[in-house]
Amino acid sequence: MSPSLASDLASIVGQRHVREARAERVTYAMDGLPTHRRLPDLVVLPGTREELIAVVRLLAAHGVPFVPRGAGTGLSGGALADEGSVLIVLTRLNRILKMDAGNRAAIVEPGVVNAKLSAAARPHGLQYAPDPSSQSACTIGGNVAENAGGPHCLKYGVTANHVLALEVLLADGTVVESGSPGGEPWGPDLVGLFVGSEGNFGIATKITVRLTPLPRAVRTMLADFNGLRTAGEAVSAIIAAGIVPAALEMMDQSCIAAVEDSVYAAGYPRDAAAVLLVELDGRNEAGVIAETEAVAELLRKSGARSVRIAASEAERERLWQGRKKAFGAMGRLSRDLVVQDAVVPRSALPQVLETICTIAKRYDLVVSNVFHAGDGNLHPNISFDATDPALKQRVEAASAEIMSTCIAAGGTITGEHGVGIDKLRYMPLIFDPESLGAMQAVRRVFDPKERVNPGKVIPVHACREWTSARSDSGWVNPGAVPRGEPVRAL
Amino acid sequence: MTILEKVTALLGEGAVLEPSTDRVPRIAPGSPDAVALLLGTAHQEGWRVRIEGAGTWLQSDAPADLALTTRRLDRVPAVEPADLTATAEAGIGLDQLRQQLADRGAWLSIDPPGLAGRTLGSIVATATAGPLRHGFGPIKDHLLGVTFVTGDGRMVQSGGRVMKNVAGYDLTRLQAGGFGAFGVIVLVHLRLRTLPRADVTYLLEGAREDLTQVGEDIAAAGLTPAALELVSPALARRERWVLGVRLAGSPALVAADEAGLRAASGGARFTPLRAEEAHAFWMRLAEGFAVRPVTFRIGGVPSASDELLDLLQHQLGDEWISASPAAGAIRWTGDASIDRLQRLRRTLAGLEVPLTLERAPWPLRGAVGHFGAYREGVGPLVAGLRRTFDPGGALVVATEGS
Repeated sequence: MSPSLASDLASIVGQRHVREARAERVTYAMDGLPTHRRLPDLVVLPGTREELIAVVRLLAAHGVPFVPRGAGTGLSGGALADEGSVLIVLTRLNRILKMDAGNRAAIVEPGVVNAKLSAAARPHGLQYAPDPSSQSACTIGGNVAENAGGPHCLKYGVTANHVLALEVLLADGTVVESGSPGGEPWGPDLVGLFVGSEGNFGIATKITVRLTPLPRAVRTMLADFNGLRTAGEAVSAIIAAGIVPAALEMMDQSCIAAVEDSVYAAGYPRDAAAVLLVELDGRNEAGVIAETEAVAELLRKSGARSVRIAASEAERERLWQGRKKAFGAMGRLSRDLVVQDAVVPRSALPQVLETICTIAKRYDLVVSNVFHAGDGNLHPNISFDATDPALKQRVEAASAEIMSTCIAAGGTITGEHGVGIDKLRYMPLIFDPESLGAMQAVRRVFDPKERVNPGKVIPVHACREWTSARSDSGWVNPGAVPRGEPVRAL
Repeated sequence: MTILEKVTALLGEGAVLEPSTDRVPRIAPGSPDAVALLLGTAHQEGWRVRIEGAGTWLQSDAPADLALTTRRLDRVPAVEPADLTATAEAGIGLDQLRQQLADRGAWLSIDPPGLAGRTLGSIVATATAGPLRHGFGPIKDHLLGVTFVTGDGRMVQSGGRVMKNVAGYDLTRLQAGGFGAFGVIVLVHLRLRTLPRADVTYLLEGAREDLTQVGEDIAAAGLTPAALELVSPALARRERWVLGVRLAGSPALVAADEAGLRAASGGARFTPLRAEEAHAFWMRLAEGFAVRPVTFRIGGVPSASDELLDLLQHQLGDEWISASPAAGAIRWTGDASIDRLQRLRRTLAGLEVPLTLERAPWPLRGAVGHFGAYREGVGPLVAGLRRTFDPGGALVVATEGS
C-alpha cells in the first residue's frame, strides 16, 4: 500500500475522517460476531457521495482492495478488512434524500439507520418493514448487502422485497443505475442480484426502498409450551391454517431464563420449555381480531399451556423487548456468543430442535434458541469463553454439526446473516463446484480484480477444478482465497 | 451429419418433435441433464438455439438452428404442503401445476397472462405477473430457487427450498425476467400459500377516471385485495372500463375486507361474481394478452398511473389494456410498429419508466428488444453476464434489440 495513500484519502475526506492509528483501527476489527478479527490498514469515513466516489476511484488507481462497512452489526464477519485493505465506513452517508409518501417510497443513503428510516416514515402512516433485531443501529446499506430479514419478514418479506432501485458504485469507480422508481427492473433484475451480494459487487450509494402502510390493528400474544416439539408443531398448525402472522418467533428455556434475568425481563414464564411470540396485524381491525381468535385456538389445540394476548401497547412492547434484546441478554451467560443462522423446512423444526439439544449436551455447551419459527430460520446461540482454546474447539465442532443437521434436513446455512467469512467453509456443502464457479464468475463481471470485500461469500478453492476445466470460456480461476479461519490474533 | 441427425444420436428419437412452421428442428430434451448435453453440444458446434416452452406465449420465430422446448420437463418432484414449498420442472403447464398443488391444499398465487397451459419456465423467464401481483408481489417473490443450464451446457443451482436463504448470490432473481439470456431454466423451487378458503371477486363498471378514484379509496381504506385491476372495456368484454377486486384468504379476513369494500367504495355498486364467473373473468383477461401480436408491460410509480394510461392511449390506443394502479404496473397488447414502440420507450424513459417487451414477432422484438437501452452503467454489466452464461452466444434472445 502506498505510503501516500492515507494523505491522499485525507485530502478527499479530511484528516479527521481517516483512521491510521492502530488503536483507532482496532475499533473496526470485529463485527457483531466475536469469533473473527481482522485489522485493516486504513479506515476512511467519507461524508458525501462525491467523497465516496473519489475515495473508490483513488483506491482503484492504486489497485488497493477495500471493504464497505455500515454500522458493523453483521454476524458473519462480512465487514472485516484484512491487512492490505482499506475499510470504507459509510455511517456518515446518513441522509434520507427523499420521502415520497404518495408513492410509498424513500430514497436514502447507505448509512441511514434502519429504525431512523421507519421513524421518519411514521408521520406519513408508513414504515420500512424489514426489522432486524439490530435495527436501532444497523444501516440500510448493510441491510441491502446482507439481504437482512427480521421478525416481521414472515409477512412483509426480506430486504430484497423492499428495494426498488439502486445507484451502485463499482470497484473501478463506475456508477451504475439499476431498477426504477416503481420497482420494475429496467432490463435484467440487477437490483435483485445486487441485494444480498455482501458487498462483493460494489457499494450501494443511493437506495430506493418501498415503504409499507402501518397496520391499523395489531394483536400480540404469547403462548408457552412444555416442549420444543409441541411449540414447533404449533407453528406448523398456524401456517397450515392459511394464516400469515406478521411475526412468529420462538424462544427456548435457556433464552427465556437469560431474558428474565436481565433488564429486558418480559414476563416470559421461566418454567416453560419454549414460548411462541405471535403477532397479527393488518389494516382491518375486524379481520385481525378474527384471525387472532383463530390463532389462539390453534395454539391451545396444539398444546399451549396458556395463551396471553397483550392487553396494552406497553405490554406488547415489553413482550417484544424481550425478544429483540435476547441476544444482549445472553451476554449475561458468558463473555462470548456465537449467533448461528440456518434455515430448515418448517415441518422439520421439531426434529431439528431436538437434535440441536442433543448436540449441545454431547459437547457440554449452553445453546439458546431464539428464532424466526414461521420462516424456519433458526438462531442457535452458543455461549462460551473464547479465551479457553479447548472450549472454543468444542464450539466450532458443535457449530459445524448443527449446520450439517440443518443441511441434512433440507435446509441452508444462512437465512439472513450472510456467508461472510464465517460460513465460507459450509458453502461447498450446499452448492456444487459448478454453481460456486458461476457465482464467482458473476462477481468478476462486477469486479474483475476482486478488490471489493475480497475473500468473502465464495470459497474459491471449492470451484478450482471447475474453473480450470472451463478456462476457455471466460469462467476464470481467480486463485486461492484463504478459508475463513475462526479467529486471527491481532 | 445434419443437426437433426446429430441431435437424434445424442438424445434419441423421442426428443425430436415436429419441426416448427419455419422448419427449424424442435428438440424436447427429457431431463435437465439432456438439456445440458444439448446446449453443451450446441456451444461446441456453434449452433444457435431458441428457447420455447409450450409455444403459447412468446412467438416461436427467432432465427435459429434448432428450437429447444422444455415441454417434456413436466414433472413435479416435490410438493410439501406443510412447508408450503414445491419443486417443479420448468416445462410443466401452469394449469397442471395448479391442479397438482390444489390436490394437496396448496396454492401458487400467480395469475400470469397467457393461456392456461403456459409453462412455468416461460412465466419465470419472462417475469410476467398478472393481477395477483397487487396482493402477492412480482413473480420473483414466489421463487425460492432455480436450476438452470447455461448456453454452454453447465448446470447451475441457485437458492434452495426453504423460506429464507442468503447463501451465495441471488442468481434466481437474475433468471426471473432474464428472458433466457442467461440460460435455460430447468427446475424451479416455489414458495406456496395455503389454498384460500375464501376467494371472491367483485366488479365495478364505469368511466376510467371514476374507477381509478375508487381504487385509490380502496387502497387508502387499508383493504388488502389479492387483485385490484383496472381493465379496458374490450379486454373485459364489457361496455365500459371495469375495476376488478379479488379478495382471497382466510374467511375472517375476506369477510372483513368485503365489509370494508362496501364502506370504501362510497356507494359505488360492486357486483359480486359467482365462482365460475370470477374464474372466467380472470381467465379471459389472462388469455387476452396472448392473442394479439404485441404485448408489453410498463412499471411506473402509482401516482403516475393515470398519466401513463393517457400516454398509452395517445400513442398507441388503450383498447387492450389492464393496469394495477396501486402497483404502478400496466400491461398493453395490440399491434404496434417498431417506430412507435421505440418512440414510446424513449418517452417513457424520460419519465423513468421502463418498458419491457413481453411478446412480439421476431422482426419487431429483434429490433426493439425486450429491454431496449439500459440505465447508466448497466449495459456493460448485462453484456458481461451474457458472456459469462452464454460464452458462445448460442442462445437467441433479443435483450436490447438492434
